Amino acid sequence: MNVSAKFFGLTIFFVFLAMFQPIKAQAQIDVFDFETPEQEQRYRQLSNDFRCPMCQNANLSSSPGGVASDLRREIYRMIIEGQTDAQIEEFMLARYGDFILYRPRLTAQTLLLWFARNIIRNSGVKKSNDSQAKADAPINQDTYVVADDVISDEERKRLNRLLAEHDDLAHAQDNTGR
Amino acid sequence: MNNFKLFLPVIIFMVLAVFMWRGLYMDSRTLPSVLIDRPLPEFQLRSLELGDRLVTTADLPDGPFILNIWGSYCLPCLQENPIFMAAKEQNIIPIIGLNYKDRDGAARDWLELNGNPFDLNVIDDTGRYGIDLGVYGAPETFLVDANGVIRFKHIGVINYRIWEDEIMPAIAAVQTGGNS
Repeated sequence: MNVSAKFFGLTIFFVFLAMFQPIKAQAQIDVFDFETPEQEQRYRQLSNDFRCPMCQNANLSSSPGGVASDLRREIYRMIIEGQTDAQIEEFMLARYGDFILYRPRLTAQTLLLWFARNIIRNSGVKKSNDSQAKADAPINQDTYVVADDVISDEERKRLNRLLAEHDDLAHAQDNTGR
Repeated sequence: MNNFKLFLPVIIFMVLAVFMWRGLYMDSRTLPSVLIDRPLPEFQLRSLELGDRLVTTADLPDGPFILNIWGSYCLPCLQENPIFMAAKEQNIIPIIGLNYKDRDGAARDWLELNGNPFDLNVIDDTGRYGIDLGVYGAPETFLVDANGVIRFKHIGVINYRIWEDEIMPAIAAVQTGGNS
């Protein structure tokens, strides 16, 4: 085994190793006391649902950023104060805007984002329906016309004779499509 | 009609290409602030200068001013400090500091060492007021008009080009707006 083959094998090995690494983001650990398990559940849910404005590709629960931990503390405070999830979302939106939501609200600006996929998908469905209908339609009629154009009656008779000679079936019919 | 169908993939490609080309040059790291044209949020905080007395929005300048979020740990804040020092020397506009998630001692040392362009340094050591401002990291710079309304925000370091091209025109707009 030469060197490059060895190197190649090693590369494959490491690629596989990397593929099977657990890539789950590490959750940040805060020490908060909750009065009920529901409150803790809501805290976990909310800090998973908001996006960290600093790290941008992490939610609040997995971001090590300073502002993320501040915002988690605010979520905790508001839950203990008895605010609803909607109120907490309102608080975040008033300060950081739509960016903080992973699921953007339906506004004039996000209209395209919400419905472009439907438009694209529907146009695609229509197209494939059209071509499906075409495929299902009887195409034989066209084939006959072409066959009639290409060969004359004499040629057809000769063709049938030749085919019949080589055909095992004694009662071979017209093989040109009729 | 058939010709149009033939060119449809090309048209779709062109539209996508335009979107993606624009996307290459869009800055996704700076969020548009939702606080533009909103009043500066109220606060009651300590300051580096006034000891135990809590300062509020009433202690801020009556006319337009710059509110700069900074910290002694923040390297870009050090980079933009000479620009604010020059602005202070030329009396362009009052500059208020918001000492963000810092320690008082470290902040005082930093100002003594690097120069203090700020008329007042409000202390937000917990970062709670920063959340009200939609701040997600120093430095950030707000421009507040004479009515206490936020008119402009810059996220990240200010260099001379940004100062000349963006901040100065915004200051001019706010100052003329305040006088009329």
